[in-house]
Amino acid sequence: MADPANTPPVAVAGPRAVSGPLGAIAFRLSTAVPGIISAGIEKGELVVRTTRHRLLDLMTMLRDDPRYACQQVMDICGVDFPDRAERFDVVYNLLSVTHNHRIRVIVTTDETSPVPSVHQLWPAATWWERECYDLFGVLFTDQPDLRRILTDYGFEGHPLRKDFPLTGYVELRYDEDRRQVVYEPVDLVQDFRNFDFESPWEGILTLPGDEKAHADRQDMKRQG
Amino acid sequence: MSDVTLRSDTDIPDSLLPEDTDGEVKRHVVEIDSHALNFGPQHPSAHGVLRLVLEMEGEVVARAIPHVGLLHRGTEKLIEYKTYPKALPYFDRLDYVSPMCEEQAFALAVEKLLNIEAPERAKWIRVMFAEITRILNHILNLTSFGLDCGALTPALWGYEEREKLIEFYEAASGARFHANYVRPGGVARDLPAGLEERIADWARTFPKWIDDLESLLTSNRIWKQRTVGIGVFTTEQALAWGFSGPCLRASGVPWDLRRSQPYDNYDKVEFNVPVGRQGDCYDRYLIRVAEMRESVRIINQCLEQIRPGPVKVRDHKITPPPRREMKRSMEALIHHFKLFTEGYHVPPGATYTVTETPKGEFGVYLVADGSNRPYRCKIRPTGFSHLQAIDEMSRRHMLADAVAIIGSLDLVFGEIDR
Repeated sequence: MADPANTPPVAVAGPRAVSGPLGAIAFRLSTAVPGIISAGIEKGELVVRTTRHRLLDLMTMLRDDPRYACQQVMDICGVDFPDRAERFDVVYNLLSVTHNHRIRVIVTTDETSPVPSVHQLWPAATWWERECYDLFGVLFTDQPDLRRILTDYGFEGHPLRKDFPLTGYVELRYDEDRRQVVYEPVDLVQDFRNFDFESPWEGILTLPGDEKAHADRQDMKRQG
Repeated sequence: MSDVTLRSDTDIPDSLLPEDTDGEVKRHVVEIDSHALNFGPQHPSAHGVLRLVLEMEGEVVARAIPHVGLLHRGTEKLIEYKTYPKALPYFDRLDYVSPMCEEQAFALAVEKLLNIEAPERAKWIRVMFAEITRILNHILNLTSFGLDCGALTPALWGYEEREKLIEFYEAASGARFHANYVRPGGVARDLPAGLEERIADWARTFPKWIDDLESLLTSNRIWKQRTVGIGVFTTEQALAWGFSGPCLRASGVPWDLRRSQPYDNYDKVEFNVPVGRQGDCYDRYLIRVAEMRESVRIINQCLEQIRPGPVKVRDHKITPPPRREMKRSMEALIHHFKLFTEGYHVPPGATYTVTETPKGEFGVYLVADGSNRPYRCKIRPTGFSHLQAIDEMSRRHMLADAVAIIGSLDLVFGEIDR
């Protein structure tokens, strides 16, 4: 049983264990395949990072090479890291039902650079890519059906971006007088309060109204 | 009554004859166009809020364009603003027909990132309730599928049986549907006294109910006419379209995550994985019936092997301390307060954790950044891929067959739209 407070935080790019069948695949991918940024085991799952330009080659290989044989793309999703130069991760979770392994492929992109679509390889990718476009605004080339999918007809913005507010911008209600549904700017009776709940009292050095006492304490501490 | 009788064509009165066109006959080329039909979003056979735009040629479906998102509630966004314990109840509300299986996926994902493991008894409870959930889901699906094809009785019988299972839910968690029971680190509380016996009693009688259901449907001529050879999906198609669960197995792929990538205690129970051959609606029906029988087997094995013991990890930074302790121990009180305000911090990392829910592979891609809230929680719904294939599946079928196909795919829009 690990205590999360005491265990040191593990880096996102975990140790590269080269063991077991997944480790062998990771080793082979990172040494023999061009265009792989990194391939390793993270939390027991095989993660491959590559570039947008090499994505289609890699995906075609992962599907057709009998050593990988990823017949299915189970999930494509975006993750937003607004502080990075290329803010989006596009994450592909592939599954091989013959080898019983999963391979996760990650590429990065930003708002304007499109990612090649994989719908030619797996027709199921179309809706996942539409969803990724809808929620994050990630563009996909050669995707003939890049429409919104989950949000409302005529929705503006990409709601899962970190800079999109939780409450959104518009709300809708049924207008009795006009006998139709109307959109209005969000009007909150109380502002959305985002508590982070982290360390309720650590980190506050000076309580409001207590500045003088605090300065005195600091002086006393300095004098020993 | 008119006394005019038309003896021959020449007797047609002038008033009824077309106007004289002076010998100039106009030729009209009439083109029968395919027309679009809006199926849903408020249609009893649409299983929720599916808006399906069907391009019809007469009564034949030329193209089916599903419009989803009418039940989109922004679950993934909301979860990013909630602590881990508070994010859990959202999973009940995704696929509201099989709540505990989805909770299990999230609980397993968080446990993986926290690097903890639920105690043995909790694992048995999870497996048992996951199978109860599977039966709960399949009863609703099969009977409403029957209802879509005109069989009313299974639905009436099914609801009675579902009620018993929902009472087990209620006994264990206090809620009939939105259980919030399977939590990271175990389950919320231990089973109440006598529940195991009640489940065992029920498990003895339930196979008879499956027989009754089969006597209504399996060899029923109308049922077979409506389902055999309808919505055929080959193995290659099912794999390419990302199918999972009973829909994939009906197409001939022996793939079950409980068997191939076992979680909790599925590696300690014996069960068969039913596999179909044709990949049509009838096979999908048969697979689900066979799965219910296997679920009863698993429940019986759980009841045999379950032993008294703790049902959650003892680390009270992750699971709440018992109420009794909180009356005397200051530390327990602090733990309780911190857990329900701040939650717990999950070390940075990402995991894609899957469970075999009744509908197929339900995945949670959880990205943690070391804070007490998920950085990103992508939910991989099962029905999303199945619904996407409906265009290919229902092409050149009759309109009524499209209804049967929707029924056989087991769609619930709570999870598809998230």
